[in-house]
Amino acid sequence: MSQFKRRRFLKTSAGLAAGAAAGPLIWVKDAHAQQWTSTPEKGAKLRVLRWSRFVQGDIDQYMKNVQKFQDKYQIEVRVDSEGWEDVRPKAAVAANTGAGPDIILSTNDDANLYPEKLVDVTDVCNYLGSKYGGFYPVCDPYLKPDGKKWIGVPLGVAGVCMVYRQSAVKAAGFDEFPKDTDGFLKLCKALKEKGTPPGFALGNATGDGNTWCQWLVWAFGGKLVDQNNKVVIDSPETLKSLEYAKELYGTFVPGTLSWLDPNNNKAFLDGQLFLTNNGISIYYAAKNSQDPKVKELAADIYHANMPVGPVGKPTEFQLFFNQMIFRYSKYPKAAKEFLRFMMEPEQMDPWVQSGIGYVTPALRYYEKNPIWTVDPKHTPYRDSMKNMIPSGYAGKMGYASAGALADFIIVNMVAEAASGSKTPKEAAERAQKRAERYYKV
Amino acid sequence: MTALLTRIQNDRNALGLLFLLPTAVLLLLFLTYPLGLGTWLGFTDTKIGRSGEWIGLENFEFLWGDAVTRLALFNTLFYTIVASVIKFVLGLWLAILLNRNIRFKTFFRAVILLPYIVPTALSAIAFWWIYDSQFSIISWALQRMGLIDRYIDFLGDPWNARFSTIAANIWRGVPFVAITLLAGLQTISPSYYEAASLDGASPWQQFRYVTLPLLTPIIAVVMTFSVLFTFTDFQLIYVLTRGGPLNATHLMATLSFQRAIPGGSLGEGAAIATAMVPFLLAAILISYFGLQRRTWQQGSKD
Repeated sequence: MSQFKRRRFLKTSAGLAAGAAAGPLIWVKDAHAQQWTSTPEKGAKLRVLRWSRFVQGDIDQYMKNVQKFQDKYQIEVRVDSEGWEDVRPKAAVAANTGAGPDIILSTNDDANLYPEKLVDVTDVCNYLGSKYGGFYPVCDPYLKPDGKKWIGVPLGVAGVCMVYRQSAVKAAGFDEFPKDTDGFLKLCKALKEKGTPPGFALGNATGDGNTWCQWLVWAFGGKLVDQNNKVVIDSPETLKSLEYAKELYGTFVPGTLSWLDPNNNKAFLDGQLFLTNNGISIYYAAKNSQDPKVKELAADIYHANMPVGPVGKPTEFQLFFNQMIFRYSKYPKAAKEFLRFMMEPEQMDPWVQSGIGYVTPALRYYEKNPIWTVDPKHTPYRDSMKNMIPSGYAGKMGYASAGALADFIIVNMVAEAASGSKTPKEAAERAQKRAERYYKV
Repeated sequence: MTALLTRIQNDRNALGLLFLLPTAVLLLLFLTYPLGLGTWLGFTDTKIGRSGEWIGLENFEFLWGDAVTRLALFNTLFYTIVASVIKFVLGLWLAILLNRNIRFKTFFRAVILLPYIVPTALSAIAFWWIYDSQFSIISWALQRMGLIDRYIDFLGDPWNARFSTIAANIWRGVPFVAITLLAGLQTISPSYYEAASLDGASPWQQFRYVTLPLLTPIIAVVMTFSVLFTFTDFQLIYVLTRGGPLNATHLMATLSFQRAIPGGSLGEGAAIATAMVPFLLAAILISYFGLQRRTWQQGSKD
């Protein structure tokens, strides 16, 4: 009896001491901050599959962190990289066949396609959330669909913002980048008149196309489905957004209907494009370019968050990164330890910095990371997770939302209306029919 | 036991079957099984990540009513017919030119094959740059020459995109047709031409009455393959446009991929792929029955 009491006393006092020692590290002074007490399995070996880096600094620091983990725990970790679009089907196959990597870093709705195949990571997420300011609320639909259990650990998003040439915007008569859609349209028209046009991808561009088209439709109050997954894309709000898109298209550089993801990067760095939406990679490429003409472009490149539409709040769409542990893994505890380790500031802070802010982390604590302020142009990307609303808005994620996104239903609708090949009403009706196929009961 | 072995070794039928066995296994494993599985998948609602159940013709019913699929079918037929006809005409003309005794003919015959042997993905990337709306070399050259004032939107306008992809396909596919027809031309004995010219036939008449009839079996073979490859083309479209703009260049193969892999609906993608089979069969049968060696080619009445 006394033994129990002593053990309990020792544990609690050790916990309190640890908590006190960790005081300066805690973002939110939370007396109930959970302690992480878990030991990985002995002789564990982990296989991790992640998406290929978008910037070299990302994978360099990631592997350094992995090495630290291996040294600390004597657990062998093998990391494989694939293009992010290729990871998705591989993850689905692994889930279906019950064999594959222990941990997969994937994107968007994936975890909602096979939630029962994933390990419950509520303990890791509660620990990380309580210690580091909590995850952004937008993580819930992605990885906590029932509101109680976490089926994956959110990593962050590949932030996308407006990328523009300051000199062009000033010459068009704007001292700062417009914050609402009315101002934005005025800006684009002025840019076109001055011969420094904008351009946004309207081809089957999985990254850029989906980001700006969904932002636009959502900004006016349109949405693919309502909370009950009923398709409501054909609505007056959507039509308003399509009329707006039509006016906007008149200001674009020619050829945007054929643009895939790399096109706007190429045109911007060549000085033919003066406003577009993109990740921080354009700025990164300009800063590190060997070509002196491109390098001096970097001083003129600025970023801004996507403007707010009539709905009155930000409606950005960002590429979400998740981290999933699969039930077939022989070492779930080691896997949890790995994810927890990689999300701690000793590992994550340097990783965010090496990636020059390409990934906006999912924990609020990392808003303090110096990368967001060391160059003030990085700051808009810090808020990408604050401003985003989830994929499949406003319904639940699953096969239907994933299928509708992959089939470019919204992108095609905006492209059809903008280019005039269909009237906005026709485009919305077609999108309605296509989406209904995916969301059929 | 040895008596049985000796009997098998001496029985022609048994030996025949035994020699066929390795190929049969390979064919079954890598041809029949995937084909059968793919066809079966088209009748289910399988998704990536979970198995599905039999739903009969539901996928096909939906596809028939889906505007994008019908557009893809139109695109595929248009693409195949236009590209194949032009490839045939150009290939035949090239073959006739190469059949002559010109200087460096061996060099030309080798060089002509280059577009075909360069990996499609690489030549597609090159075409992607050539057709780029901002950086096209064609637009740049034409603008320098003063013929146009704006860069041509090769891949942004739906019809431009269709013709641009057809042009890229023709560039890539002509060598195959040309070399095969050249081989066919070489089998035609020159004595026929001599006899014809002695009878006073013009070059066009020689072509019409000697070359074409004797060439038709080869034409049947090469055009069957050419139509097959063009109809099922994937790499070129995927790299150039991913099926855009506005699905104007989506072929059945690329749409099938888009629905099945990123979209997750394996059943629907398989259904689209299976839907290609009747058209391919029709093409093969036309070549087989329409262009075979017949007695009328040798001069007598059919």
